[in-house]
Amino acid sequence: MQPHHRSYWPIVAALTALSAPLVIMYVYQLIDTVTTTAPGSIIPNGITLQHWQFLSQPITRDGPTIWALAGNTLIFACSTAVVVTGVSLTAAYALSRLAMPGRGLFLGGLIVLHAFPTLTLIVAVFLILQYMGLYDTLTGVILVKVAFELPFGIWIMKGFYDSVPWEIEMAGVTDGASRFTVWRLLVLPQVQPGLAALLIFSFLSGWSEFILPLVLAPANAPQVLATYLAAIIADDRVADFSLFKAVSIFYALPVLAIYVIFQKKLMNIYGGGSKG
Amino acid sequence: MKLVLERFTKRFGATTVIDGLDLTVADGEMIALLGPSGCGKSTTLFAIAGLHRVDGGRILFGARDVADVSAQARNVGIVFQNYALYPHMSVAQNIGFPLRVRGESTTQIDRKVRSIAGLVRIDELLDRRPAQLSGGQQQRVALARALVREPDVLLLDEPLANLDAKLRMEMRSEIRRVQLETGITAILVTHDQVEAMSMCDRIALMKTGQIVQISSPAEMYDNPADRYVASFLGNPSIAFLAADAGEELRLAGGQSLGPAGRLAGQGPLELGVRPEHYGPGKGPQLQGKVVMMETHGREDLFEVDLDGGGRLRAILPAGSGVRTGASVDWGVAVERLFAFSPKGARL
Repeated sequence: MQPHHRSYWPIVAALTALSAPLVIMYVYQLIDTVTTTAPGSIIPNGITLQHWQFLSQPITRDGPTIWALAGNTLIFACSTAVVVTGVSLTAAYALSRLAMPGRGLFLGGLIVLHAFPTLTLIVAVFLILQYMGLYDTLTGVILVKVAFELPFGIWIMKGFYDSVPWEIEMAGVTDGASRFTVWRLLVLPQVQPGLAALLIFSFLSGWSEFILPLVLAPANAPQVLATYLAAIIADDRVADFSLFKAVSIFYALPVLAIYVIFQKKLMNIYGGGSKG
Repeated sequence: MKLVLERFTKRFGATTVIDGLDLTVADGEMIALLGPSGCGKSTTLFAIAGLHRVDGGRILFGARDVADVSAQARNVGIVFQNYALYPHMSVAQNIGFPLRVRGESTTQIDRKVRSIAGLVRIDELLDRRPAQLSGGQQQRVALARALVREPDVLLLDEPLANLDAKLRMEMRSEIRRVQLETGITAILVTHDQVEAMSMCDRIALMKTGQIVQISSPAEMYDNPADRYVASFLGNPSIAFLAADAGEELRLAGGQSLGPAGRLAGQGPLELGVRPEHYGPGKGPQLQGKVVMMETHGREDLFEVDLDGGGRLRAILPAGSGVRTGASVDWGVAVERLFAFSPKGARL
């Protein structure tokens, strides 16, 4: 094994050199949030927790607390994940298994939407939300986010359903179970890895969404962390890079945690039902 | 329970796959639907199970017409080629699933599962998952699950196709034993004539959506209804020779088999000769040359090109000493010949 390993060293060294700038920037990002540095220097000259004060008090006097923003983001990401997964689960089953009218058209549309730069629809979406009275509400942003995520979710789940043998359902039906019972007790457990992966994936996608809340909910009330972060850097009253870095880390931590905890489940989404 | 198909018709879109098929299976009988792929045998089986909608005719379980009854309400047990076990459930849960769906009590389910597991001899596997079982064991579980709710009919869709040769022999007799012990009416779909002949009381041989002949295995082998049946049954398979029946029975290659007997004056026809009816001293001699010899252990298989044309197969006990290239003058048992019209009908 040892000589085998050694042959990788040049590649490892090259990759390390290439990614060094990124790694160094991340390290500095972390260091900057807990230190003070004299202007023009790169060596920190003191330790401080003042950049993390946003955890206990609002950054601007009349602004929202970070926890309210995190709560908003959490609601946004969770709602997106739950609705996307729920709709994908049922829609994908129908597309995979039921001989319904317009199925081919629907599947074709799904692929087109999957590849379509949906953001170009933003003006139309804006008008519709305005018309429905959902503009500048979290509900409106969630609905749009869900709609944008669904083609991907349905397509992924359809792949998982397609890999479940027909015979399992046929056996279930002859065993006396209704189609719904067959789906719930026999098919759903087979696509459970896909379900978990999609849930996490759409949560992360919701958590990191920036454009939709920015455009469709620009007012103060339903802000999420992504747009708030942009606001910090744009606001010349509090232009503070160390604060920006600290909030960034706060914003990225849940994502990192989820990746670390669920990385096995997330890999499933690309393995799309290779097990029968 | 007696099963009757009356004028059963099945269409897929504009294509009629099965047109007015009649079939009667007696109570406790095991019948094979035998035929090449695409002949409609699985379609028929799935229609009986209620998985395919019936486009015409009746399907009777006893006196009850189930043609419009849903699969759930039909009470059939079915074993699929890939067994279709539920991978996330233990063996006991798999077998008990039909009872669970029916809402039976846990103690009752447990009792029935144990009793059926004993019948198919998987008592010690009840806690395993399907993935932890061998092919033969999975097959037994599938059989137990199909039988546990005491179905009116047991349907077997190519149940042995995924097993290796040795297990297939074992499961052949196991399935038959269980069928006889439970006395259940059973239908076996297969394309393997050996399976059909060794497991079933009767065989229904199918071709393009129709039953060509239905009879006991021995009867079908000895008395095929037409050329198709004769060619389907038998391994190594039957050989055909073009011939002409005037006063005498003369092969297209010129050699004669003697007086034509009851075939006299039939004109051009085709003769079917099974390998066991061709060999040294079996009847009128034909000149030929051995072109191929295969050793099967207990016996040897030969292919002989007749002088003037035509090829016959012979199966002889091992040790005949005949080699490839040898000239032979083996005979044909004329009384065991099958004669077919140019259109394939039996003469």
